[in-house]
Amino acid sequence: MLPDLSRDEILRYSRHLLIPEVGLEGQKKLLASSVLVIGTGGLGSPVALYLAAAGVGRIGLVDFDVVDSSNLQRQVLHGTRGIGTLKVESARARLLDLNPEVQVDIYNEPFTSANAMQIARDYDVLVDGTDNFPTRYLTNDLCVLLGKPNVYGSIYRFDGQASVFYAKEGPCYRCLFPEPPPPGLVPSCAEGGVLGVLPGTIGTIQATEALKLLLGIGSTLVGRLLLYNALDMTFEYVKLKKNPNCKVCGPHPEVTELIDYDAFCGVPGRDHDDGSAGMEWDISARELAARIRDGAKIRLIDVREPHERSISSLPGEELIPLGQLASRLHELDSTQEMVLFCKSGSRSTRALEILVSAGFKRVKNLRGGINAWAREVDPSLPIY
Amino acid sequence: MPTIRIPTPLRSYVNGQSVVTLQGSTVAEAVESLLVQFPALRPHLTNSRGELRPFVNLFLGENNVRDMQGLATPLGENDQLLLIPSVAGG
Repeated sequence: MLPDLSRDEILRYSRHLLIPEVGLEGQKKLLASSVLVIGTGGLGSPVALYLAAAGVGRIGLVDFDVVDSSNLQRQVLHGTRGIGTLKVESARARLLDLNPEVQVDIYNEPFTSANAMQIARDYDVLVDGTDNFPTRYLTNDLCVLLGKPNVYGSIYRFDGQASVFYAKEGPCYRCLFPEPPPPGLVPSCAEGGVLGVLPGTIGTIQATEALKLLLGIGSTLVGRLLLYNALDMTFEYVKLKKNPNCKVCGPHPEVTELIDYDAFCGVPGRDHDDGSAGMEWDISARELAARIRDGAKIRLIDVREPHERSISSLPGEELIPLGQLASRLHELDSTQEMVLFCKSGSRSTRALEILVSAGFKRVKNLRGGINAWAREVDPSLPIY
Repeated sequence: MPTIRIPTPLRSYVNGQSVVTLQGSTVAEAVESLLVQFPALRPHLTNSRGELRPFVNLFLGENNVRDMQGLATPLGENDQLLLIPSVAGG
C-alpha cells in the first residue's frame, strides 16, 4: 500500500488527479518512484524540472561541471546567480524551490564504470541527458545490465532524436549504433551550436516518456526513434528492431561489464574537449604569436564555417571550412608551414588528420582554437 | 531517381544540401554514387571494406536497411533514403 496524499499534495497535484490515466493511484506511484537524470545541461534541465514538478519522489542528478555563462542560452535549470557554482547544487536548489516535497540526491562526480552501477542501482528509470558518446554508451550498457529503461535524447543545431531503449521490451542504443564514432568525427554542440529551445523540446519528450514508464500508461518510444527538426517543424518516426547480434543485449553478449570509452579508446567529442591533437602536433596560442612576431611565414588556415568569422578572426587567416578541406587540398602547399585552427581545436584536429594522411608534414593544430588565442594573446577578441 | 536526406551534422560535406539525388538500383549503388559526388563524406559513412560504419544508419521508409537486405536492399526510382547518424549533444 502506497502512502496517502496529504491535503497539500492533493492541491499541488490536482491537475494530475483529474486525469483518469494518472489519478490518485498514479500520483502515489510517482511519489514513490525514482529517476536518475544523467547530465544537468540542455536536456537534463527540462527533464529534472518537469519530473520534480510532477512529484517524482526521488530525483538523482549526475554532473561534475560548473555553471558557465554559455550554458544559460538553453540550460534553464540554472540561472545567472549560479554562474561558477556546481551544476548539481544549482539544480538541486531550483528543484527544491519548485517542489520541496521531492528528494533530490546529487552526485558531483564523473559518471564512470567505477560508480555508475552503485549510483543507478536504486532508481526505477534512467534519463540520458549527457553530451558525449562515452557516457551515452555507459548509460545504455548500464541500463541493459540492470534491466532498466534508458530514456534517450540527443540534439544538434535544429535536429533532435528521442527514444526509449529498454532491452527487456525492445532494442537498446547499441542495437541502433553498435559502436561510438572515432574521435572528432561527429561535431559536438560546443563546436556546431544548438538552438537553445531544442533541448527544451526533446527534454520534455524525455520527461513525458519517463512519467509514462513510471505510471505504466500509454505507448512509449520503445522500438521507435523520434526524429524532430525544429527548422522544418517535422516529427518523424522510424522503427527500431532488436539487433540479434547486439554486443550487449543480444543472446551472446560481448559486453558483460561496463566500459569507459574515454579510458581505452580516447573518444572525445565532449562539450569540454581540450582541443589538442596531441603534443607533437599542437602549437599553443602564445607560441604561435611569438613565432609570428619573430617573422615566421605561417599560413593560418581557419577551418570553421564562414559565419563564425564575424564572431572572431585572426589577421591574415584563410578560410577553408572542414567540410571542403578534402576537396581543396590543391590550394595548399606542403612545403609551407601551416597552422590550422577552429573555435576550440576539435575541428582543426580532424583537419590536421586529413592533411597528415594526405602527406602534409609542416602543419600544426592551434591548441584550444581561436578561443585560446583570445584568452592568451588577444583579449580584445570575444570567446564563444 | 532515388534520393537521400542528409542530416544537419553531415550537410557541410555535401555543400549544405538537405537532399541529394542518387543513382543506382540498390542501396550500395546509391551510396557509392553519393560518395563519388562527395568524397569527404566517405569516412563518415563507410569503412575500408565499403560497409556502413557502426555509428550511422540508413532507413528506407521507416525501416532500417540493416533489418532488410542491408546494402543489397533494392531501391526504386522514387525511393528516399534517410541517413541517421549518432548524435551526442545534450
